[in-house]
Amino acid sequence: MVEKLMFYFQYPFVWYALIVGILIALCSSLLGVTLVLKRFSFIGDGLSHVAFGAMAVSAVLQVSNEMLFVLPVTVLCAVLLLRTGQNTKIKGDAAVAMISVGALAIGYLLMNLFSTGPNLSGDVCSTLFGSTSILTLTRQEVALCSVLSICVVVLFVLFYNKIFAVTFDETFAKASGVKTDWYNLLIAVIIAVIIVLAMNLVGSLLISALVIFPALSAMRLFQNFLSVTICSAVLSVACAGIGIVVSILAGTPVGSTIVAVDMAAFGLAFLVGRMCRR
Amino acid sequence: MAQITCQNLTLGYEGEVILSNLNFTVKQGDYLCIVGENGSGKTTLMKTLLGLLPPIGGTIEAGEGLRPDEIGYLPQQTHVQRDFPASVREIVLSGCQSRCGLRPFYNKKEKALAKRAMAKMKLSGMERRCYRELSGGQQQRVLLARAFCAAQKALLLDEPVSGLDPKVTMEMYRLIQKLNQEDGMTILMVSHDIDAAIRYASHILHIGKRCFFGTKEEYIKSALGKSFVGIEGGERDG
Repeated sequence: MVEKLMFYFQYPFVWYALIVGILIALCSSLLGVTLVLKRFSFIGDGLSHVAFGAMAVSAVLQVSNEMLFVLPVTVLCAVLLLRTGQNTKIKGDAAVAMISVGALAIGYLLMNLFSTGPNLSGDVCSTLFGSTSILTLTRQEVALCSVLSICVVVLFVLFYNKIFAVTFDETFAKASGVKTDWYNLLIAVIIAVIIVLAMNLVGSLLISALVIFPALSAMRLFQNFLSVTICSAVLSVACAGIGIVVSILAGTPVGSTIVAVDMAAFGLAFLVGRMCRR
Repeated sequence: MAQITCQNLTLGYEGEVILSNLNFTVKQGDYLCIVGENGSGKTTLMKTLLGLLPPIGGTIEAGEGLRPDEIGYLPQQTHVQRDFPASVREIVLSGCQSRCGLRPFYNKKEKALAKRAMAKMKLSGMERRCYRELSGGQQQRVLLARAFCAAQKALLLDEPVSGLDPKVTMEMYRLIQKLNQEDGMTILMVSHDIDAAIRYASHILHIGKRCFFGTKEEYIKSALGKSFVGIEGGERDG
């Protein structure tokens, strides 16, 4: 087994996959805690469908660099969903559901109408489940992903206390003069960036798992925000690493393997949390 | 010059008027109870005072060195907070957030302030406890400490004792009274508890179809006060 691993790790694409996988897992878990506590667990799912739709549109328009089109569209939708979430005619969860399935349908429709490749269902499947794309990353993509991930982590650390204040009690923060609208906007932009990055790793259907599972697991184990955030980051990175290695060894799809490992970690955390609290 | 002066204030949501022509003043050290039936606009008034809602008409002026965002706020508990993994210290410190501006981390002064606030609310030794495992009264004291960190001149309390048992309710009222008398903080309290309002407050603002503003003594003598105290404080022995 070790030999097999050594053999695979001679190739740069395996290293790329591991680096990107771990960075994305780290970023998504950081904001996961906030999103779960703000009752926005499904925003990851909704936005990833938007990203899927945008990807379809960019394929139809034959945009050379998909990222340049997908990222702004997703950011825009994230802003719309998170900013107007509290104060609109259509409530937050319904708005997320609406945008999510709408974008999915339009994306698939466009891909069907203006089919560019010979293997349509294969294209759709790999966008939805990210089956192989993480193993075909180019050097530029890895660099872009690393830069964006570092930006996300730095922003998160710098604004950690503000994100806490806005998550714990937005009304209080606003009443005491904190510019909550700006921080909500920041959270929306960061989450959109993470979603677009994560599409490469697990595909658009499984992104929510990366966002919510580590946060939920960590919340079983720890009782304060800082510990929960750190624990969820560590768990997420560990699960992504294990998942990628297992998928290479066993030849399983990368995304779903990582999610399966995350689920196992949640089960374990649930049991440990139960036993400790008794 | 009073700390808060409201003139011809008209309140409401999205152009729909709930309350109109409200006039009252709050001076430093006052203990004002805001009472009224459900749906009379207590929450709307509170949000307007906090600057969360713009008034439809009239003015709110702040004076005596009080800035509009310097009113500390004790909200009613929301659903999110009940299962939130956060330690007492983290929550109390977050009250200092508005002092930070763009600075990312809390400085020594703010940490000291949070410590003082926790000591004041008898929370010392509980800094690392998890908020969701505290009793209702302890949770309210944590939020009160946070409000104290945000502002030391005036506090706005939204139904601070709802859901608390009688003994803890008494403690809570004593704590608020202490802040009012020893620290000279102005207290604005939205309350259903007319008994407590009459016992602790210096001024009463009654809102609804008929409005009243004045000192507690005037309120008890007024027709409105008599009817309201009669209904809600019926079982009181005197």
